[in-house]
Parts: sequence; structure tokens; C-alpha cells
Amino acid sequence: MARFKQKNDKGTPGLNMGSMSDIIFMLLFFFMVITTMRESTLFVKIAPPKGTEVTKLEKKSLVSYINIGVPMESYTAKYGTEPRIQLNDQIADVEDIRQFVELEKSARSEEDSKLLTFAIKADGKVKMGMVSDIKQELRNSSALKIFYNATKDVKK
Amino acid sequence: MGKKSTPGLNTSAMSDISFLLLAFFLMTSSINTDMGIARRLPPPLPPDFTPPEVRERNIFQVKINRNDRILFNKEIGDISLLKERAKEFLGNPNDRDDLPQKENVDIEFLGVYPVSKGVISLQNDRGTSYETYFKVQNELTAAINEMRDELSREKFSRPYKDLDQAHRDAIDRAIPVAISEAEPKK
Repeated sequence: MARFKQKNDKGTPGLNMGSMSDIIFMLLFFFMVITTMRESTLFVKIAPPKGTEVTKLEKKSLVSYINIGVPMESYTAKYGTEPRIQLNDQIADVEDIRQFVELEKSARSEEDSKLLTFAIKADGKVKMGMVSDIKQELRNSSALKIFYNATKDVKK
Repeated sequence: MGKKSTPGLNTSAMSDISFLLLAFFLMTSSINTDMGIARRLPPPLPPDFTPPEVRERNIFQVKINRNDRILFNKEIGDISLLKERAKEFLGNPNDRDDLPQKENVDIEFLGVYPVSKGVISLQNDRGTSYETYFKVQNELTAAINEMRDELSREKFSRPYKDLDQAHRDAIDRAIPVAISEAEPKK
């Protein structure tokens, strides 16, 4: 009897947590592989148009984004309520596109800069005048590969 | 007897740390969801450029006005009809006189194939919404994609998306993305 009592004094044995961290690490690596870092905080609201024929954008390292949309509520005092262009982390004008293209090209190697794609991420309500101006600027800076961002339309 | 096992390390805190890391990555990252339509812009025009003469039968005009109304074949049309009309124009299955001419081109894997000389001319107003413009682009892309798929099934009895790159290139040459966007008017 005495022996049994001694064992009971020890209480419940501790759970082995060693493998738990392994599982969490596996999850961590899984998420690290399938996701990408958020590049920059958006100042503009973007509700991209829907399309049925959309394809995936390949090679994210060779993509630069041109965001177009109405500034978010918290920035309307600073940037107004008209659609604006956002390049990386700042609000810009159409004239700044050329410089932006140069900057993006010089950040990559010569071969890569030829494959550089400019993804136009525009809100559906943006007028085409603005998008046309941007496209013209891209053409003049010989950045010819473009991409119209959209969301996939599931229903036919 | 001196071999006493070393006391186990307490690793329960490790899982807490990795949980923190996991939560951090979940919050700062987004799952890759960039979808869209890829296009190539034409190179900038030289100053002394004169546009080449294109026969009227080889042009399919699509115009979008500032109220997002769509005009094709010189009449106001609904976007749901655009895909069929574009396919009819580019394919010209019955070799009609008012639809585009074809040019026989020798293409690897396909042999001599009549490639359509038709060009879809897309013109939009500065007041057109991006959404409508994109929908039109989407419909035109759908027309081309369907034609490519049909040709692929006919020649290789496989859908276009299952082809390898060399066969895809052959199909792409047979049915090019013939969408021309007008120079914007100032």
C-alpha cells in the first residue's frame, strides 16, 4: 500500500510537448511558402472588376504594381476624393510614372528588366482617361508588358 | 549505474514561440491571388509613322462611349453578344466576303493553316469606366480562348490548357491576339 501511495504523490505526468512545436513549425513553413509579404499599405480603395478569363500572374518578383482608386476615408483630407495613382508607398501623378518605370527597371538586372510586368490594379469605377494616360506613359517608357488585375468571376 | 538519463528539456515554451511566429506570418502575408488579363502594349510610334491601310472587311470595330454603351458592327449591341460576334469575325468559317481575309501560313505541328487577317479595333472614350472596358477585354479574350481551345481539340484532340508549350505556341500563331487599341485622342 505504501508503495502505491508514493506513486500517487507525484500527480499526473506532464504531457510531452516536444512534438507540438514540430507541428506548429510545419504549419509555419507551410504558410511562409504559400504566401507573400504584403508589399505596401494601400492608400486607395480598389474593387477590381470581375472577369471569367483571368489567368494567374506569374513571377511575382518581376511585377510592379500601379494602383488606381479613390483615396480611403482616412486619407481624403490629404489626397482628395478623386481617383489617384499609388506607386509603391506614395500617391503620385501620371507624370511620375516614367520615373517609376526607370526606378523599377534599375532595381533589377538587365535581363529581368526586360521581363518586367506592370500590373494595373484599378478600381472598376475609375475612368478610362486616367488608365489610357498611364498606358501611354508606359508605352513611352517602353514598358510594354502590362497586366489588368481582376478577380475571378465564379458564376458563368 | 552512473548512466543516469539527462533530464528532459522543457520544450512547451517552444511551441508558444512558434505559435507567435505563425500568427505573425499569417497577419503580414496574403495568399497569392493576383489574377487578371495580360496584354502587350504596342511600341511607341515613330514621329513619321503613317498607319497602314487596312481593308474594311478586316476590321471589327468595338467602341465604348462615355455612358458605357457598346457599339460593334456599327450598331449598339449588348455585351453578351460580343463574344459570338468576335468569334464569327475572327473565324470566318464560311469564307464570307464581308468577313476578314485569310493568309495561309506554314505552322509547325499544324501544317498550312489559314490565319485570319482580321483585327479587332477597340476604342474607348476618356469617360468610359474601367469596369466596362475590362468586361469588353474579357469577352474578346474569351472569344480568342474558345477559338484556340476548339482548334486544339480539332488538331490534337486535347483541350488547349493540357498542351505543352511548343503546341501552345503553334496554336497561338494560328490564332493570334489581334486586338488593336486606337491611339487615344487628345
